Amino acid sequence: MECGVRCPRRRRVRPFCTQTAMYRGPGFDFSNSLRNDFLQHKGVALPKATSTGTTIVGCIFKDGIILGADTRATEGEIVADKNCEKIHYIAESIRCCGAGTAADTEFVTAAISSNIELHALSTGRKPRVVAAMTMLKQYLFQYQGHVGAALVLGGVDSTGAHLFTVHPHGSTDKLPYVTMGSGSLAAMAVFENGWKPNMEVGRQPLSPALPSWYSNDNVRPAVQREEALKLVCDAVAAGIFNDLGSGSNIDACVITATHTEMLRNFVKPNERVAKELKYGFRHGTTAIKSEHIRSLVVSEEITPIRGEAMDVS
Amino acid sequence: MDHFPTNWGRPRNDMFDAYGTYPIHQRPDNRPKDTFADSVQRTQQPIVTGTSVLAIKFKDGIMMAADNLASYGSLARFKDVQRLHPVGRYTVIGAGGDMSDFQHIQHILEEVQIAESTQQDGHELGPVEIHEYMSQVMYARRSKLDPLWNSLLIGGFKDGKRFLSYVDLLGTTYSASTLATGFGAYIAQPLLRKAVEGHEDDLTAEQAQNILEYCMRVLFYRDARSLDKYQIATITAEGVNISGSLKLQTSWDFAENIRGYGAQTQ
Amino acid sequence: MSSFNPYTQNGGTILAIAGADFSVVAGDTRQSEGYNIQTRYAPKVFRLTDRAVLAVNGFAADGNMFVKKVKQRLEWYRHAHAKDMPLRSIARLIQTMLYSRRFFPYYVYNILGGIEEDGSGAVYSFDPVGSYERETCRAAGPAQSLLQPFLDNQIYFKNQQPAPGMSHPTHLPLQAVLALVIDSFTSATERHIEVGDGLEMYIILGKGRGLQGLEGVKGVQELTISEDGERIFVVRRELKKD
Repeated sequence: MECGVRCPRRRRVRPFCTQTAMYRGPGFDFSNSLRNDFLQHKGVALPKATSTGTTIVGCIFKDGIILGADTRATEGEIVADKNCEKIHYIAESIRCCGAGTAADTEFVTAAISSNIELHALSTGRKPRVVAAMTMLKQYLFQYQGHVGAALVLGGVDSTGAHLFTVHPHGSTDKLPYVTMGSGSLAAMAVFENGWKPNMEVGRQPLSPALPSWYSNDNVRPAVQREEALKLVCDAVAAGIFNDLGSGSNIDACVITATHTEMLRNFVKPNERVAKELKYGFRHGTTAIKSEHIRSLVVSEEITPIRGEAMDVS
Repeated sequence: MDHFPTNWGRPRNDMFDAYGTYPIHQRPDNRPKDTFADSVQRTQQPIVTGTSVLAIKFKDGIMMAADNLASYGSLARFKDVQRLHPVGRYTVIGAGGDMSDFQHIQHILEEVQIAESTQQDGHELGPVEIHEYMSQVMYARRSKLDPLWNSLLIGGFKDGKRFLSYVDLLGTTYSASTLATGFGAYIAQPLLRKAVEGHEDDLTAEQAQNILEYCMRVLFYRDARSLDKYQIATITAEGVNISGSLKLQTSWDFAENIRGYGAQTQ
Repeated sequence: MSSFNPYTQNGGTILAIAGADFSVVAGDTRQSEGYNIQTRYAPKVFRLTDRAVLAVNGFAADGNMFVKKVKQRLEWYRHAHAKDMPLRSIARLIQTMLYSRRFFPYYVYNILGGIEEDGSGAVYSFDPVGSYERETCRAAGPAQSLLQPFLDNQIYFKNQQPAPGMSHPTHLPLQAVLALVIDSFTSATERHIEVGDGLEMYIILGKGRGLQGLEGVKGVQELTISEDGERIFVVRRELKKD
């Protein structure tokens, strides 16, 4: 378009002046992009969106999929949320971890989850992972990377267990083990060493007294166990302790053909120690300028009513 | 003060300090301008580069690993480059970054060693001295805005003590029991930290070599500018030993059963 | 071709609080670059003399080089004058050293803490080109905006009305100050990604003050060298490593 305004739909040419009308088409409104570019050129910084920094991982094991994620959400260098949830619900047996801009991951996964449910009702079948993947990639491609959602999508459906990554521009990869986010390299290093096909999932909980990610499997081989869940936790832990954008706790989700188990805060290696002092304030620390005490109950009259008691069953 | 009356009242240049009255470090540079030298650009980009170097402390000393590749952008140009260099009997320096700058560093380290040996006072340069010298050199070059574009790991064993440190093109230095430069900082360092931190005094040489080998393998899988041929340098009380080239065993069939990148099934 | 940037930020945070006859200078020990942790232990707080401690934060290479140069000047002074440089003179020296690089600055925020010639605890804080001021407490570094308001409330008692008939103390006892420093750093570690790994606190005690306030503190290590009377200690604590 000659006026330079970029619109996501190019079906009809709309001269710039008619956009003063109240009608707003679906999707993003790019009419401020010229102004924003100008401001940025003049040195006005764009407001920083909350990003999840993040380490998210997924891997295929013998019976299905395990997804893992850390729980830190950052706003630049500040931790905005110390315990956010990055493993989103798509369907009963399909989950999606999200890295990138937090708002984008939340809205895109919620939208696709809703559409998947409608799709499942319409087809009369359980939803398939490829359906969610296709919907996500088509949506993200349409927005040409402006929707900053980098996703690890995994689930089990009638065709088997599938694991995908979806990048913000809409490309997908199908792999047996994947990592995304700023901690993805640390987590991928752990996967490259430890992943094998047909791993077992161990049901023993990790001992809280001795966090397993501190153990050196090379030095104490007797303790070594091939557990897919342990591998996922080790990978996320590598991200948490070596990447500044990831931190706090480890969430995991085990998806099999029969059962999906969401393990929220499965491991908490970063509990805050008790503070040295107590920081209560004496009543009157903030100067009280004036005080009015009013009763909100003007008058009260109790009338007993005979008869049966209300049925509250 | 200008002592020559014929100069008084005439156009003068206060920048030109004819009688050396200013303190030395503030003296403006008024030598005849070399227009050729002035047009030489200082800010650089590295041209022929080496990738990560890894190093860990273990029970008997230090072990360092680096692959044998010098890349020319995306071209794997020189596949038999030795990026681990012994300095005297006690130290090894490993470099990533620009290889021509590293060759210059090797040259100036040789000069320093010659100067030290001609003193004939029985003192020898150990890793602590080499680190101090290199950090001063690197910081001085960055302060002239003409850096030696390298990330260096300096490891050694002298007088019963292990030493391991990092210096880079900005003059930043730090020390830890596991270090990695370049891509290694993102991929290998998490693995090295998990394996070594807390166990520096228990790790045997064989265990240390295993740890470095599997880190080099992961780097070969994930670093697009790496090679599967590498060397390991071991520095202990017995001295410096840089191994011959070792080959990595890799496995690329992990996704044999996967078709396509999305909905494709055939 | 993008030009070479001779600076980078290495994260971390420093803090100093002056008492009536002591001073505490603390800093975390993490050195980072971008999202990467370079090392979990890189000291940012250095003993200059038995009376003075300098904390540096910003670009670590400049910080370490600057400390080296300050120590060198103090050594020359000691040889020339047969005594240690008094604290306020060290502060002035730091100003001139920083300003001499006004047009290619040392990218460091300095905090100098110690005991003045009159025996009082002192904290001097500097900007990268040498502007300085004596204060009771100062935090510097990436988490400055998290710590300074907390310190203003707890040390200067800002926004706190004293109980009727009472007034706020001008100086706090050593035990309370150490507890505040530890709580400041654990809180900064929670909310700032570049703060963590470990905490190092240097405590400088005035002449003849004795050790009250330090009993019960675990892991105190003495660094006093001279016999002038001031004593200097260091205490280390762990911080979260995520």
